Amino acid sequence: MATTITYYKLRKIKDRIVSGWVKTMVGLVLLLPVVIAISLLSKSWLILGHSGLSELLFSSVWRPLAGEFGFWPFIISSVWVTFLGLIFTAPICLLSAIYLTQYGSKRLLGMMQPVIDILAGIPSVIYGVWGILLIVPAVGSFLAPLLGIETSGFSILAGGFVLAVMLIPFILNILIEIFRTVPRDLFEASLSLGASKWHTIKHVLLGKTFPGIISAFGLGLSRAFGETIAVLMVVGNVVAIPKTIFDPGYPLPALIANNYGEMLSIPMFDSALMFAALLLMAIVILFNIFSRWAIIHFEKKQ
Amino acid sequence: MEKSKISIRDLNLYFEKQHILKNVNIEIPENQVTVILGPSGCGKTTLMKTLNRLVDLHDNARFSGSILFEGIDILHPATDLVHIRQKMGLLSQRPTPLPMSIFGNVAYGLKLKGIRHKKNLAPLVEKYLREANLWEEVKDRLNDPAIRLSIGQQQRLCLARGLAVNPEIILADEPTSALDPISARIIENQFVELKKDYTIVLVTHVLRQARRIADYVVFMYLGDVVEQGPAEAFFNNPTQEKTKEYLGGAFN
Ligand SMILES: Nc1ncnc2c1ncn2[C@@H]1O[C@H](COP(=O)(O)OP(=O)(O)O)[C@@H](O)[C@H]1O
Ligand SMILES: [Mg+2]
Repeated sequence: MATTITYYKLRKIKDRIVSGWVKTMVGLVLLLPVVIAISLLSKSWLILGHSGLSELLFSSVWRPLAGEFGFWPFIISSVWVTFLGLIFTAPICLLSAIYLTQYGSKRLLGMMQPVIDILAGIPSVIYGVWGILLIVPAVGSFLAPLLGIETSGFSILAGGFVLAVMLIPFILNILIEIFRTVPRDLFEASLSLGASKWHTIKHVLLGKTFPGIISAFGLGLSRAFGETIAVLMVVGNVVAIPKTIFDPGYPLPALIANNYGEMLSIPMFDSALMFAALLLMAIVILFNIFSRWAIIHFEKKQ
Repeated sequence: MEKSKISIRDLNLYFEKQHILKNVNIEIPENQVTVILGPSGCGKTTLMKTLNRLVDLHDNARFSGSILFEGIDILHPATDLVHIRQKMGLLSQRPTPLPMSIFGNVAYGLKLKGIRHKKNLAPLVEKYLREANLWEEVKDRLNDPAIRLSIGQQQRLCLARGLAVNPEIILADEPTSALDPISARIIENQFVELKKDYTIVLVTHVLRQARRIADYVVFMYLGDVVEQGPAEAFFNNPTQEKTKEYLGGAFN
């Protein structure tokens, strides 16, 4: 009797230790973004006090030596590059995922899977090099002259292309997974009503997976917005609001990566870069919140 | 002798080298409930999917023989699949609500028939929901997502959707196996109601269900049709040993 009780007590203590440990770990993970945000915020405090939020966000005057820090050109560049990347990648990913899961053979899908994984695993600096070798000249010496535009090729458009290519494996993988979860029965139900295969894909497959598609692109968006090296290498890094997609741009992550550790002798430059990081983080979190909201909203409607 | 709605003649079907349906001959009588009985794996589902050519989705399937329906051979390569599929409503084992509203599900079938305007759709949606005995339960929430319905209601919604393409035949593949007994009874009763206007082919392995509603029975075993006949004769005086064993509960 006594031994059972001590055994029981021992188990309870063990249980407590384990669950306490687990909770601490979970807590740490939950705390991480908060810690990062707070440290970024505390570092940005200086510049926020100096210039004020709206000037930082919406002024396009960037003269660090004069103490003027307007992030608008960087924000616009980031938005353009991300937007282009997503626009280019969306149809490619959607159509390939549809083809691979609905029309192609099982063997083809089996062959594609490792290719996608390899693409996803290529370091982004390699995509950057490839962009300089291929995309930049293609834009500068081929596409732009075709339209009668003059550009070095280092441009928003080149950034968008490289980004699109980098996003393909990431988004395609998620879409294939999502499409494969749709039960065969559902397809057969639609076909048995006399619907064509394409009609079924449009209304049943895409309808059923719509929240998933939104979240796949939402995740892609966050990733694209934060992508640094590859974009930095092809986008030109000129501080000016791009007028067309053939102009160079200077996205936020590139700003931070190019300048951190240098020019820190300029007063408040350090703080300005921290503000850029905070901004980047806030935008990515907003994308995440939006895609989550979209999932919940559309799942309810189904 | 009743008129037969579908004549299955010398149907053989293979998946790869596996012989699934072996020289099947069945006359399915018009405006009756034909029940297909048999232990699991004997080819009942495959037979149903051959009737509306959903087997075509399996690229490893090969078939020969003929299935005659209104003077056309369903198995002929040139047969218009849309036409024959719309002549047969399919109910599967688990309900398959499409990812849209209750209204949208029934309208999906109607739209495939070329009916577009909401003002034309609404009365027809009501009509078919009534035929499936679901209208009273859903009339106030037609715009709710279909998956919010109970499983039993979902199955009746699928029935309504199937009826909406104006079929002459209802193919039901163990349509009550996922349902609670009460929902199952509602569907059963609906079949008895519907046979005035439709020819019903029902797969089941619930013997009691078969006894309750069958007019004609086909008993399959390992791809063979062992015995078939009017329900009375089949249940009371089976001729084959296998049938007697099955009816005695040997395979359950
Ligand atoms: N696509 C397929 N490829 C190969 N074999 C299949 C396929 N579909 C069904 N089968 C086989 O055909 C046989 C009959 O299956 P099915 O018609 O589903 O039987 P039932 O509905 O009577 O349980 C089973 O042995 C099953 O394994
Ligand atoms: Mg079956």
